[in-house]
Amino acid sequence: MRKFKEFIIEKLILISGIASIFFVVLIFLFLLKEGLSVFNTVSPFNFLFGKSWYPISEPPQLGILPLILGSLLVTLGAAIISIPIGVGCAVYIAEVAPGKIKETLKAGIELLAAIPSVVLGFIGMVTLVPLVKNIFHLPTGLTALSGSIMLAFMAMPTIVSIAEDALYSVPKTYKEGALALGATHWQTIWRIMLPAASSGILAAIMLGIGRVIGETMAVMMITGNAAVIPNSILAPVRTLTATIAAEMGEAVVGSEHYFALFAVGIVLFVISFIVNVTADLFLHKKQ
Amino acid sequence: MVKFEINDLNIWFDSTQALKDVSMQILPNEVLSVIGPSNSGKTTFLRMLNRMNDLNPNFRMSGNVMFEKEDIMKIDVELLRRKIGMVFALPLPLPLSIFDNVAYGVRMHGLTDKTRMAEKVREALRQGYLWDEVKDRLTESAFKLSGGQQQRLCIARTLAVEPEVILFDEPCSGLDPISTAKVEDAMVKLKEKYTIILVTNNVKQAARVGDRTAFFLNGELVELDKTDKIFTAPRDKRTDGYIRGKFG
Amino acid sequence: MKRNPHRTQNIAFFFLLVAMLLIVVPVSLIVVIIIQKGLPAINWQFLSDVPRQGMRAGGIFPAIVGTIYLVTGAIIFALPIGLLAAIYLSEYSKDNPLNRIIKLAIVNLAGVPSVVYGLFGLALFVVFFKFGASILSGSLTLGIMILPIIITTSREALESVPQSFREVSLSLGASKWQTIRHIVLPNAIPGILTGTILGLGRAAGETAPILFTVAAFYLPQLPKSIFDQAMALPYHLYVISTQVPNVDEKIRYGTAFVLLALVLFMNLVAIIIRYKFRKKKKW
Repeated sequence: MRKFKEFIIEKLILISGIASIFFVVLIFLFLLKEGLSVFNTVSPFNFLFGKSWYPISEPPQLGILPLILGSLLVTLGAAIISIPIGVGCAVYIAEVAPGKIKETLKAGIELLAAIPSVVLGFIGMVTLVPLVKNIFHLPTGLTALSGSIMLAFMAMPTIVSIAEDALYSVPKTYKEGALALGATHWQTIWRIMLPAASSGILAAIMLGIGRVIGETMAVMMITGNAAVIPNSILAPVRTLTATIAAEMGEAVVGSEHYFALFAVGIVLFVISFIVNVTADLFLHKKQ
Repeated sequence: MVKFEINDLNIWFDSTQALKDVSMQILPNEVLSVIGPSNSGKTTFLRMLNRMNDLNPNFRMSGNVMFEKEDIMKIDVELLRRKIGMVFALPLPLPLSIFDNVAYGVRMHGLTDKTRMAEKVREALRQGYLWDEVKDRLTESAFKLSGGQQQRLCIARTLAVEPEVILFDEPCSGLDPISTAKVEDAMVKLKEKYTIILVTNNVKQAARVGDRTAFFLNGELVELDKTDKIFTAPRDKRTDGYIRGKFG
Repeated sequence: MKRNPHRTQNIAFFFLLVAMLLIVVPVSLIVVIIIQKGLPAINWQFLSDVPRQGMRAGGIFPAIVGTIYLVTGAIIFALPIGLLAAIYLSEYSKDNPLNRIIKLAIVNLAGVPSVVYGLFGLALFVVFFKFGASILSGSLTLGIMILPIIITTSREALESVPQSFREVSLSLGASKWQTIRHIVLPNAIPGILTGTILGLGRAAGETAPILFTVAAFYLPQLPKSIFDQAMALPYHLYVISTQVPNVDEKIRYGTAFVLLALVLFMNLVAIIIRYKFRKKKKW
């Protein structure tokens, strides 16, 4: 009897163990199921590189190049802001901060990661957007730049915590060896610690950027949502994610528009898949 | 009637061979001391008898081990481990109370009656020579006991399951001399009821406790004989060298 | 001029400090602003009343209740599967290709953009299973989204239980499942709890996955069954910030405050549990 019960439990454990694979495949299959139909009306090339996104005009124009460029621009901006600050902060926490402050900072970073993106979007709307508008004398502060700044804050917790882990896992002997040879603490960090932790830091950056690409609410609330090819970081843009979030509510199930949004989902899924697999390779390279 | 019969036993972990062609018999109600330098395969040998080696995913073997004429690989492993108890090198209390530590095995085998459980725990603690020291603090965490007490608790925990054989894996390696003496006392008295196999780094302990002694070196069983013979007139000069402290 | 390494070090450390401050100061500001402007909006009426006058007055009670329902549903779905999956990875799996694929799948599940979860939930639960936009669809979508958090933290907790405890238990003739059930799980509970709470916090704060699977724009009543739509705090904040003109700033900040307080509180609890547990570890 007990054996039978345990047999059942162990089967359940095995099934749950492979559930993650099942769900990833399921997500991809359902995106494909709903998204591939769009290619009956538009070729994959024209979909990816078409310059106009007018999904509800007649006939609909379903080119997502403006959206891809919007995502790229916002992400690039967020990366430029978050990488130096994030890595710098990680080094500060791992190497410079004294014990107590270190723990507090780590907890603080964790809390930052927990702030819901809609709250960041809201606070960006009421503080950052007017600020950008006034500084640059723009007709609107809802710009790619505002989005980049806000998204940088979503990337930073990921970058800081993973880069800090990477620095922490550099063997103590490396550091002690360098210090014993008379190098200053900073020389040790610059010449020994950072190179030794480089693959982990690279993974941290990739995962941080992955988070930015996938980020939806904040970006939808503060980038202005203009689905045109952006000509400046101070212009309104629209990202892949925001397009789905903003338009799916109105798209009729089974329409071209609906299929097209799922196809955008496929693009996002593939991007995040590539980013995460690559980052994972970097993370496990050393061990 | 022999308790264990081991035939041409070879064990590998990955590609490293840990035991080479070991054949021997272990008799009922004897104390068999197993000595040898570290990495000689003696612990691997011990963990073979209750199939703890199975836990290592890289474990491979050839040959066989018969327990009461049955191949241990064919016996239900939980039943086998009930019959063959084990005491580990370091005192390893479970993160439970003193009482629950001793009761754990019995409970897992399905005993639910509270009065009988209390009896069994008391009996086991008496046999482990710990009862008088802990009878008033059975509900305390086992981690509050001293190292020696913890190790005797582990012995009591093993006895509570009522095994036929007890495997000791260097049971005194983490203990001070006084605690060691107490644990040895317990072992000697357990001889009457149980078959005991004692792996030890301490040659003197092997001499004090063992009826017979086996000497392992580099995964091979070099010599197995009556303890006084091993220690007075070993046949193999490597045995002689080891007990005189030339290596190891 | 010779470069002075100590001067270089001072300059470098100054910049590192600045980097740290560039994160800490804005974040503190965000929290302070939301508390300062949101706290005055909080009173019993705001928390217990339904939204009125097209969400320009009244309270946020249905959104709070909706979020609680969604989060509860998500955890009911995700905790058993996540915990069992963690047990599989920590106790049963060997170093083989299947195991590597599972780990990769978890990494990917964690990285899928939240809006893609929304699409998936729409396609599978709302349309394919015909659950409609409902608490059920939303909970399941959020549940799958937080699965990787629960698996990863629970697995860490299980793996931190010393191997020797397992050996002792097995050596006494306990079965593998008994060992897990009576020795490994009880000692991993604080870690599992941490993961569960982190998952709850994440589910409570996410908007994109519930956009098309459950969230109601304006529904001034409580849901009656799991097949009803519901309001939810994060979506409500989005709606009153961007979709409804002329909403009193107080209501917006108040909603942001409640959402932030809820999420940060859960995370704080998780951090405290983990910290306390580390301190009093018995081994």
